[in-house]
Amino acid sequence: MRIICPVKRVPDTAADKSIDQDTLTLDRDASDPVLNANDEWSIEEAMRIKERDGAEVIVLCVGPENAQTTIRKALSYGLDGAIQVADPAIAGSDAKAIARVLAAALAEEDFDLVLMGNQSSDARTMLVPAMLAEYLGLPALTYAKRLQLADGSATVDRETPSGHQTVTAPLPAIVSVVEAINEPRYPSFKGIMAAKKKPLETRDLAALGVDAGEVGLANSSTQVLEITPRPPKEAGDKIEDDGSGVVGAKALVEFLAAQKLI
Amino acid sequence: MSPILVFVDHDHGTPKKVSNQIITAARQRGGGEVHVLLMGEGAGAGAAQAGAHGATTAYVWEAGEVAEYATEPAVAGLVAALEASGATTVLYPADPFMSDVVGRAAVRTDGGVVTDVVDLTLDGTEMVGTKPIFGGAMISRCKVRGGRPAFYGVAANAFAAEESGGGPPEVVPLEVDLDDTATRTRVVEVVEQSAGGRPEMTEAGVIVAGGRGLGDAEGFRLVEQLADVLDGAVGASRAATDAGWYPHQHQIGQTGKTVAPQLYIGAGISGAIQHRAGMQTAQTIVAINKDADAPLFAIADFGVVGDLHKILPPLIEELAARKG
Repeated sequence: MRIICPVKRVPDTAADKSIDQDTLTLDRDASDPVLNANDEWSIEEAMRIKERDGAEVIVLCVGPENAQTTIRKALSYGLDGAIQVADPAIAGSDAKAIARVLAAALAEEDFDLVLMGNQSSDARTMLVPAMLAEYLGLPALTYAKRLQLADGSATVDRETPSGHQTVTAPLPAIVSVVEAINEPRYPSFKGIMAAKKKPLETRDLAALGVDAGEVGLANSSTQVLEITPRPPKEAGDKIEDDGSGVVGAKALVEFLAAQKLI
Repeated sequence: MSPILVFVDHDHGTPKKVSNQIITAARQRGGGEVHVLLMGEGAGAGAAQAGAHGATTAYVWEAGEVAEYATEPAVAGLVAALEASGATTVLYPADPFMSDVVGRAAVRTDGGVVTDVVDLTLDGTEMVGTKPIFGGAMISRCKVRGGRPAFYGVAANAFAAEESGGGPPEVVPLEVDLDDTATRTRVVEVVEQSAGGRPEMTEAGVIVAGGRGLGDAEGFRLVEQLADVLDGAVGASRAATDAGWYPHQHQIGQTGKTVAPQLYIGAGISGAIQHRAGMQTAQTIVAINKDADAPLFAIADFGVVGDLHKILPPLIEELAARKG
């Protein structure tokens, strides 16, 4: 079993965001980037499969040279190696262009399963797992809160707004996971030290046979025209309940009525 | 001007509220005819309502293969409808199922996708979408580059549904060829958890969300009662879902859902930035918390400092009395 976990380097949600108004892209070095939280669930799930059934688990990251800190972080959970796709032409790519690059990198690899977080915490499009599956001609089982592998198939409990559905597809397949699937471990000191020595291969677009004219800011299928800060919201009235609950409840009803919300 | 194609999400032939909103937006903002796509068993029954909101042509594929969440047949249907209608722009309800369908369709047609749009404007013949980014901290205007099929995912409640006064649309049965790959992913079981008749969180106009301050799973009974009296949905913070007090699919925030209801009430939710990233574009925000310094108060239109276990019961009672 060979599992590949695509991961993303993202800005910390809590950090202030800075936009380069020339390119209308996020200044990704303005704050310390982190490993996308959702990818920790896919890494954990891959590690559980490795520990239970035996598997080679490889991390795949599309990102610039300095994304290696994020890759080493991913490796510190106990993964076996990493592939980094770095090329200046990729900068500014939209979800589809990134999926195109990920697909090209995966097409060079043998794998049974691609395990990834359901979305990145920065762009949050939720599009990449399906786009990747389409580029590779593979089934996609998304929003998995439970994953079982047996007899050459993957079966997931797929979270829906009103419960879940059990969905199955033959391997190889793309599986994206949600938070409910597991509780990620913390990397051990041993894991952190070992991560420094794990093999990391780098590829550029030419090595993957991807035309630079298909990706990047200028060639993505979508185009950002303008980014403006949303005016900061000012806090409204705040009242203190007297401990009975009645004062607070009454004030709230009056507010809702005044706003015509009831 | 080529028509705009709207993907209609429906419940056994009854279009969901969001579908009527999107058809209305397509009619008012699109500059062309509105065509709709209705797929799945019983789908054709939704054509009349789509027509009432402004659709002139309905492509209908009453296929058993398009069971809920069976992605690949839906992709085939969407691509077939796009070709049949001559549309270059598709509007669809932005939700997880559609992100799978449209993600594949955009690759298959060399199109582009803009998700979670809250406004649409026409620039010449091209649609431009407005969307909140970075949890609502900024607003972006973006479009699909010209000459490609353009898919815009529209957020629920971004537009008001208005009837157009139009009659029923012309119904065109859709011919869809499915190859073997379309059925390799199979839904083997469907498990519905009782939502107590509440609306889906992403579609609800009102969301009452509970957090750590509820103290235990039992605290969510109060949140549910308040949601019910306001005809709203129930949300939860990560602390509450991590503790197992409420199912994960109700989680709002960075690692959960993004919601933008008309009214959001946070009960016992402190409002960490990860939570705010999922709800701060709500039109009206109310916070109830005994910690007067809870960060949610900073973005709340109205805040009550106090014990929610004391405040919610008389609040529910008063609202129920007013409702009659």
